[in-house]
Amino acid sequence: MRAYLPDYQCSSAKSLSEALRLLEKGARPIAGGTDIMVLFDAGLLAPGDYVDILGLSELKGITQKKNTLTLGALTTYSEVRQHRFLQTNFPILCDGAKEVGAVAIQNRGTLGGNIANASPAADFPPALLVYEAKIHLVSTRGMRTIDYTKFHHGYKESELKKDELIHSVSLENQLSKHHHFWRKIGSRKAQAISKTMMAGVLKIHKNVVEEVRISFGSVAPTAVRCTEVEKFLTGCALNKNTIREAKQILLKDIHPIDDIRSTGKYRLVVSQNVLEEFLCGIG
Amino acid sequence: MAWVGKSTLRKEGEKKLRGDAKYIDDITLPNMIYGVTVRSPIARGVLKGIEYLPGVNWSEIVKVTAEDIPGQNYIALIEKDQPYLVEKNINHPEEPILLLAHPNKHLLEKAKTLVKFNIDPLPAIFTMKESFAKKEIIWKDDNTFKSYAIDRGDVQAGFKNAKFVFEGTYETGAQEQLYIETNGVIAIANETAGVTVWGSLQCPYYVHKALMPLFNFPPEKIRVVQAETGGGFGGKEEYPSVISGHAALLSWKSKLPVKMIYDRMEDMSATTKRHPSITKIKAGFDNHKKLIALDIDFTIDGGAYATLSAVVLSRGTLHAAGPYYSPNVKIRSRALATNTPPHGAFRGFGAPQSLFALEKHMEFCARKLNSNPAIFRKNNLVKKGQLLGCGQWVKEEIEIASVLEKALTVSGFQEKRKRFLATNKNSVVKKGIGLAVFMHGAGFTGSGETFLSSIASVKATAEGKIEVLTSNTEIGQGTNTIFAQMTADILKIDPSDVEVVQPDTAHVPNSGPTVASRTCMIVGKLVEQAALDLKEKLFSIQLLNKKHTRKEFLGACKKYIKDVGELKGTSQYKAPPNVIWDEQRYQGDAYGTYAWATYVAEVSVDTRSYTTTVDKFWAVQEVGKVINPTLAKGQIIGGVAQGIGYALYEEVVWKNGKMANARMSNYIMPTTLDVPDIEVHFTEMPYAYGGGGSKGIGELPLDGPAPAILNAMEQALGIELTQIPMTPERLMAKMNENSL
Ligand SMILES: Cc1cc2nc3c(=O)[nH]c(=O)nc-3n(C[C@H](O)[C@H](O)[C@H](O)COP(=O)(O)OP(=O)(O)OC[C@H]3O[C@@H](n4cnc5c(N)ncnc54)[C@H](O)[C@@H]3O)c2cc1C
Repeated sequence: MRAYLPDYQCSSAKSLSEALRLLEKGARPIAGGTDIMVLFDAGLLAPGDYVDILGLSELKGITQKKNTLTLGALTTYSEVRQHRFLQTNFPILCDGAKEVGAVAIQNRGTLGGNIANASPAADFPPALLVYEAKIHLVSTRGMRTIDYTKFHHGYKESELKKDELIHSVSLENQLSKHHHFWRKIGSRKAQAISKTMMAGVLKIHKNVVEEVRISFGSVAPTAVRCTEVEKFLTGCALNKNTIREAKQILLKDIHPIDDIRSTGKYRLVVSQNVLEEFLCGIG
Repeated sequence: MAWVGKSTLRKEGEKKLRGDAKYIDDITLPNMIYGVTVRSPIARGVLKGIEYLPGVNWSEIVKVTAEDIPGQNYIALIEKDQPYLVEKNINHPEEPILLLAHPNKHLLEKAKTLVKFNIDPLPAIFTMKESFAKKEIIWKDDNTFKSYAIDRGDVQAGFKNAKFVFEGTYETGAQEQLYIETNGVIAIANETAGVTVWGSLQCPYYVHKALMPLFNFPPEKIRVVQAETGGGFGGKEEYPSVISGHAALLSWKSKLPVKMIYDRMEDMSATTKRHPSITKIKAGFDNHKKLIALDIDFTIDGGAYATLSAVVLSRGTLHAAGPYYSPNVKIRSRALATNTPPHGAFRGFGAPQSLFALEKHMEFCARKLNSNPAIFRKNNLVKKGQLLGCGQWVKEEIEIASVLEKALTVSGFQEKRKRFLATNKNSVVKKGIGLAVFMHGAGFTGSGETFLSSIASVKATAEGKIEVLTSNTEIGQGTNTIFAQMTADILKIDPSDVEVVQPDTAHVPNSGPTVASRTCMIVGKLVEQAALDLKEKLFSIQLLNKKHTRKEFLGACKKYIKDVGELKGTSQYKAPPNVIWDEQRYQGDAYGTYAWATYVAEVSVDTRSYTTTVDKFWAVQEVGKVINPTLAKGQIIGGVAQGIGYALYEEVVWKNGKMANARMSNYIMPTTLDVPDIEVHFTEMPYAYGGGGSKGIGELPLDGPAPAILNAMEQALGIELTQIPMTPERLMAKMNENSL
C-alpha cells in the first residue's frame, strides 16, 4: 500500500442527509471501493476526507413502478445479473454485469461507482446509453434528473457536481420488440478491462431498420452513442452493402487511441467487426 | 513398501492450508523497523545529488546510500558489475539509489515521494539491435555479457549439398514470474553478531555468497534462513541477494532488525524477468527431407547488468538445435546489454526461447516442403548413436519417437488436422491443432555440477526422527515431500518419520541452488546416498541386519546415538561415469540426461476479435521415474498455464526501459477461464543417476506450449507467426499483412 494513511479521513454516513452534508464540506464518497482502493493502494488517491455510503438504504435496491424500473446507485453487479425482470427486459445490463471482473468484484462494485468513476472503459455506460436511462442526482440542494445521454462530458468529466451523489438510474420499459446485443472484447475471459465493447438495440420490420441505438465504450474519451451510424441505418434495408457502409460511417462516431492495453487500430477494426456481427446476426 | 511413485500428501500442506505456515511477512521481530528502496526514475545518467524535500521529519528516517556500505559495493554472482546502490552511474530505470527505514511503513511511502534525485541524463539503449550495433557502449567494451560458438561438421558444405534451404527469424518477449508472494526479507546486521537474513528465496547460499563482500565478513558471520516461500519460478534465484543486502545495510545503520517487502508493482517493475530473444535459423535438407545443415544465431537481452545472463544463454544455446539430428551444426549466441532492469532466471532458463524458435522453424520447413509436421519431425529425430546439436552422443535408447507417437494418438492430431481444414472454410472462428517436440536437460550445464560439488546429509535424532539436511528449498514444487519419499524408501521407514530441515546456512550443507529441476534429480540422489551412508554406519557395527523393518531401523538409530553419538550420513556429488564436457569447444555431454516431450495444443481463433482460445492441451513426456504423480502432474499443469500466458497473453510493455504495465490488471496473465483442460501423460524410464530414478520435469511445460500454440494458430489461419506473445493486436497486424 503506497498511501500514507494519516493523510486520509473516512467516516461512515448513517443517513443520506448526513452523507450529503459531509459532501458539502468537501468529503468524497466511497461506495464499494473497488475503483478507489486500487488508486489508494498505488498511492494515487488524493488525500483528504471520505465518506462511506455503502450502508445507505436510500440508495439501495431495484424497484419497479408500472413501466419504470429504478436501480439505486448502490446496486451491485450481482444484483443486476440475478434480476428476473432485468434479464427479460434489459438483458444488456445483465450480460454486461456478468462479464465484469469476477464474482468478488460483482458482489462489491456498484452501479453508481461505475458511472461516477467515469472511465471510458466502464462496462455499464454503453447499456445505459442505448436504454436511454435517466439519472437522478441528489445534494443538499435537492434532487435533479437528467438524460443519461447528457451525463458524460469528456474524459473523466461528467455532469456530477462535487457535492452530489448519484441517487439512482431509471429505465422505461419500451423495448420489448427490439433485439438486444452486448459484446465485450477484453484481454482475457475474466478480470479484463474492455478494449472495446458495444451495446445495441434494433427493431426491424421486413428487413428494414425501424429503430436502432448503438453505443460503444473504450473507443473515445467517454462511452458514446453512435448517432451517425444510427442516422444512416434508420429506414435502411440491411444487406451486405449497407452493413459495409455502416462500418465505414462508424469511423465518424468513435475515435480510439493507443494505450498500454491495446492499439487504436485494433479497437477500430474490432469495433467495426462487432458492429457487423450485431447487424448480421439480425439480418 | 515403495514410497517413490506414490502421491503421498504434501509435507507442509496442512500447515499451509491452516494458515500456520509462516511466510516472511508473517514474522515480526522485537524492535523491527521497515525498509524501502528509492529507485532511479530514468534509464541512464550520472547521479549528481539527492534532495530531501520537506513533508516528513527526515531526522527520524534512516538513510543509506552507497557511501554507507561497510564492505564492497557489488552483488557477488558471476561478474562484479552490479552495485547494491548507485554510486554515480545509473544504468537502468528502477536502479536502487537510496534506502530508507522507519518504524512506520506508511510514512516511508510518503517519504519516498519526497526524495529528489538530481541526475544528468545520458543517452540509453533499449533494444538488442541498438546494443549489437553499439549505438551506445553501456557495458564494458562491446555491450556483450557473453557469447558462445559451437561448430560441428561443416555447415557450409552442408548447405551446399542441401536440396532445400529455409531461413526464418523468431522473437520472444520478456515474461514476469508472478509468484504469489512478492520478494521480502528480514535482516539483522551488526559488527558482533554478523548478518542474519530470513527471506522468501530459492538459494540460501547465493545470498550467503553475496553478503560476504558487502560486509567484508567471513562465511561464519553470515547466516541465511529460508522462510516459507510462496513460489519462485526462478524469480527468487538471484534477486533475493539484492533485497537481502539492502535490508542488511539498513539494519547495519539503524542497529535494528529491518523488514523489506516489495509490493506487487515494485516487484513487477524492479525485479528480474525472462530474457527477451531474437533467433535466426537457417536449415538445409537433403532430398529425403533430412536435416543436413543447421545454422542458428541466438541473441538474448540481458538488461543492464550481467547477473545470470551467461548461464541462461548457455542453456538456450545448448538446447537450440532441439531433439533433431543434423551432421552439420553451427551456433552463435550472445547476451547483450540494454538499459532495462536486468533479466534473470525464469523456469526454463533460455531453453523456452531457443526451442520456440526451432519448433516454429521446423513447422515452417514442414509447410514449405509440403510435409505433415509430425511425420517431418519424426523423420529428423535424433536416435541412439547420433549426436545432439551440442555434440552430445545419445548413448542409450531414448523414447522421443514413442512420446511423439503417443501425443498424436491421445490428441487425435492427424484426424483433427484434416477435419479443421474442412470446417474452417465457412466459419469465422477457425480451429487448429499444432505440436512441439522438444527435450530438456536438468541439472547444471556441462561441468557445472562437478564445479558445485554439492553436499547433502541425513541425520538421525535422539527423538527418533530422520532429518534431511540440504540447502534446497521448498517453494511450492514439492521438495519436502519428495525428499521424504526418497529417504523413506532407502531406510525402509515412513515418510512421516522424515523431517526435511528448514534451509539455514548455519545448519545445512551447501547442496547448491534450487534451480533447473536439480533438487529432485541431482540433490535427490545425494539425499539417497547420504541415507545409505547413514545405514552403512549401522551395518558396520552390526546394529542392523540388511533385511530390516522400520521398527528395527529406528531402534538401531536410537541405540547408536546412545552408545556411539551423532548418527549422520553424508554424500557429495560425483559426475556419472562417461560424462565428458569440452568447455573450450563448448561441446560434449551438456547434461547427464534429458527428458523428452511432445506437446499438442488445440485452439480456436476468432477472426472478428483476433482472440485465441486454447481449447485443449496434451502434454506427453518421458521424465525418468515419476516420484509423486500428483505433484508431477501439478507441475506440468501449472507450467502449461504459465506457458499459455507466455504464448498469448503476457506482454511487458516497455517505455524507455521501464515496465509500463506493472500491475496484474494490465499485465495480462491467463485466468482459470482462459486455461483449458490439460491432459498430462508420463512415460517412465528410470534414470540411474537421478533421485528415485527421476529426470527433471519443471521446465518442460514452459518449453512446449508457445510453439505448439502458435503452430496450431498457423494451421487455423494459414499464415506464418513468428513472435510471442501473439496478442490479438499483433495477430491482427499479421493477418492483414500476409496470407500464405
Ligand atoms: C479486479 C477488478 C476488476 C474490475 N473489473 C471491471 C470490469 O470488468 N468492468 C468495469 O466496468 N469495471 C471494473 N472494475 C472497476 C470497478 O469495480 C467498477 O467501476 C465498480 O462499479 C465501481 O463501483 P464501486 O462502488 O466499487 O466504486 P468506488 O470505488 O466506491 O467509487 C468509484 C468512484 O465513484 C464515486 N462514487 C461512488 N458511488 C457514488 C455515488 N453514488 N455518487 C457519486 N459518486 C460515487 C467515488 O467517489 C469514486 O470516485 C474492476 C475493478 C477491480 C478492482
